[in-house]
Amino acid sequence: MATRTRPSGASKSVAGPRRQATAQAGHPTADPDPAEMLALYRQMVLVRRFEERAARAYTQAQVGGYCHLNLGEEATVVGLMAALEPTDYLFTNYREHGYALGKGISPGRVMAELYGRQDGVSHGWGGSMHMFDARARLLGGYGIVGGQLPPATGAALAIDYRDGTEIVMCLMGDGTTNIGAFHESLNLAALWDLPIVYVIVNNQLGMGTTVEMASAEPELHRRAASYRMAAERVDGNDPLAVRDAARRAVSCARDRRPFLLEAVSGRLKGHSVVDPAKYRSADDTLAVRSADPVTAFAARLRELGHLDEETEASIDTAALQEVSEAVAFAEQSPHPEVSTLFDHTYATAVPNDSRRLPGAPLFPPLPTAAPSNVTGGRR
Amino acid sequence: MTSMTYREAIRQTLRSEMNRDNDVLLLGEEIGVFEGSYKITQGLLAEFGPKRVRDTPIAEEGFTGAAVGAAMLGLRPVVEIMTINFSLLALDQIVNHAAKIYGMFGGQTSVPLVIRTPGGGGQQLGATHSQNIELYYAFVPGMKVVAPSTPADAKALLTAAIRDNDPVLFLENLALYNTRGEVPDGEIEIEIGRAAVTRPGRDLTLIGYSRTAAVAARIAEELSTSAGLDIEVIDLRSLRPLDRPTLVESVRRTGCAVVVEDDWLTYGIGAEIAATISDGAFDHLDAPVRRVAMAEVPLPYAKSLETAALPSDADLVEAIHQTLDAVAHRRLPQGPRP
Repeated sequence: MATRTRPSGASKSVAGPRRQATAQAGHPTADPDPAEMLALYRQMVLVRRFEERAARAYTQAQVGGYCHLNLGEEATVVGLMAALEPTDYLFTNYREHGYALGKGISPGRVMAELYGRQDGVSHGWGGSMHMFDARARLLGGYGIVGGQLPPATGAALAIDYRDGTEIVMCLMGDGTTNIGAFHESLNLAALWDLPIVYVIVNNQLGMGTTVEMASAEPELHRRAASYRMAAERVDGNDPLAVRDAARRAVSCARDRRPFLLEAVSGRLKGHSVVDPAKYRSADDTLAVRSADPVTAFAARLRELGHLDEETEASIDTAALQEVSEAVAFAEQSPHPEVSTLFDHTYATAVPNDSRRLPGAPLFPPLPTAAPSNVTGGRR
Repeated sequence: MTSMTYREAIRQTLRSEMNRDNDVLLLGEEIGVFEGSYKITQGLLAEFGPKRVRDTPIAEEGFTGAAVGAAMLGLRPVVEIMTINFSLLALDQIVNHAAKIYGMFGGQTSVPLVIRTPGGGGQQLGATHSQNIELYYAFVPGMKVVAPSTPADAKALLTAAIRDNDPVLFLENLALYNTRGEVPDGEIEIEIGRAAVTRPGRDLTLIGYSRTAAVAARIAEELSTSAGLDIEVIDLRSLRPLDRPTLVESVRRTGCAVVVEDDWLTYGIGAEIAATISDGAFDHLDAPVRRVAMAEVPLPYAKSLETAALPSDADLVEAIHQTLDAVAHRRLPQGPRP
């Protein structure tokens, strides 16, 4: 790459993004392959059952910290992951269990991370919000809203620096689009022509705050126009539509044109497991439930004759079985040894790195007087 | 040995590391076309091109965070943040990301990132442009913070920082850029995490870092000539990790210590040093550890006020004399109690 001036009329038109679509507009899904559709459905059911089991483990206090679930976002999860090559990098926020599964990490290792065990994807150091797997190229779940955007942008910079063919996909929630890191990152990516797809997983609620309450431009994908970046909005409840839109976005990014994709879905439960979501109206709750992407996709597959009752039941049974095995794997995995506490402070060892436990003195304690003839002396 | 300024030492080190390793690249505001706000990167754009000397928009969080991500994929970015004051805009990326990523993900990826940034007051830049907030980063496990006081140390520590696999905040100082010193010609590296006794002495341990280490060295020489004092000077060099054994070993010999720091006193670097000395040399202390630090105000613009707020040579000399007086008084032979 080179420093560039972008004369008007150059590749990114002044009129704005090349692709500005609204939900379900303009891009008819190609003839779906039944086997592929079923594979997507299986993934969706796995994510659904995994998350339900994670919620149960959380309420049983097997899982600590915060626990944010992908319930209601299954179509978005599997559609996005289907568009990536195994060598592509993924950065996500803290609602990422489903994406870890979708990137090919075994459910057992994801569950073991929730359990805080040694065999967890982050070896028990990250928990629900911070899953990482170098081999799967999941470069992190990130707990700080917007925190993943600058590093994801930099990963794309590194790919470009080495003339690589991979791309970075960087996920975020709808609430992230109002934080500075969003704008700084999109600007850098567009300025430097980086191979990155930013995806707004719009479940229409940032904790209890609606998109309309937080965003002066609630059609979030339109923000790409500020950076002359291509963008698209897609129905996040339709796995095929998400997959196809994501493929367009990924192909654009591989050509060094960053892309902003918005997938609109709903959140079936609270912000995290402990949130009863009392701020939601009955109508809203009903609407989200009736749009349940797993149920909807099953109905569609039945309509198309790709799914019968028996297959549906067997897919569900298989998912439940896989999740049970994941729990068993997590339960038998050892807790990390306390002796490893100081193993990951620094990658390059340096002298005087503190390895002191909380109660230990900085220097060896001073000698004390012999207690034999002292009353009330400390033992 | 070659005589050069602190600025030249940094520039030459950047150049030689970029020549040595193609993965080293520079990012920052005004570092390319403008050649650096303080001209550290002068000539580097012409030499290495815009791919490796990358001008960024004014977006500290964005470009510092981008450097974090590039480092995760194995590049060795060196970010220039124009002054340490502006690093606050990148605080989330430095503290929550650069410093956490290695540990938080169970050691699966390191972040070989260097953030170069100058601190320093005394140039009438007012409250927001005169801070010394290296403490914020030195507080955080996962970060390494180094603070060279001489051109030779700048070269050695910057070399070490660039080759290190962890995020290193490399603290420079506006007042040091034009200072000159002898710099060894070949490759030199100083281990991060070690302080240096830059002047051995028996009477008192005088501790500083960055600009204040240079001040401490000069004052010790002056007091040797003018008052016959034999002061030991320690240049911390590394704020995290902190070389506690060197501090304690020195005070066990001298029995007293003065810290001179450009930051605020309360909760400052000197507070950590005083606590360390109290822990490790309690029985050897003949006077309280004295701290000479900035007045606790937002630094004013007016010269009269700014000068009053910053630690001066006179402040330091007085603190040294008062400490030695206290030591002398304590060491007087004790008569029988009344």
